[in-house]
Amino acid sequence: MFEGKKVAILGDRDGIPGPAIKECIETTDAEVVFTTTECFV
Amino acid sequence: MDLENQARIKELAEEHGKENLMVILGGAEAEASGLACETVTNGDPTFAGPLAGVQLGLACYHVFEPEVKSEIDDDVYEEQISMMEMVLDVDDIVEETKKYREMYSEHA
Repeated sequence: MFEGKKVAILGDRDGIPGPAIKECIETTDAEVVFTTTECFV
Repeated sequence: MDLENQARIKELAEEHGKENLMVILGGAEAEASGLACETVTNGDPTFAGPLAGVQLGLACYHVFEPEVKSEIDDDVYEEQISMMEMVLDVDDIVEETKKYREMYSEHA
């Protein structure tokens, strides 16, 4: 499902932060083009 | 969803094409995750940001979803994600994200 895809990551300070998701997605065929960590408080 | 991030997602969809861009969420709550998924598929429901009335229809998943998890290296997932998987309500988060994706995503 990730082949040739660009990925934008919307992490959450109280959930999974952006950089942690980025580490994971970088092990797939997708290219990470944007990473952020939102704060919903 | 943060207004600045709405603007970035809109720009990225224009730059890379809606069919090529995926959004992966890390939200701690079902409601916030569903809202973010709705925003990048059907537009900002609060009509406050750049995605108000903009139906991008992007493929949007939460990192907890089995389709995403199965593509990630097991050791890296374990190291980065599994601890939060134990403390958050995974089923509710997955259900809510999936609900909006199935309703509005055109590229999943």
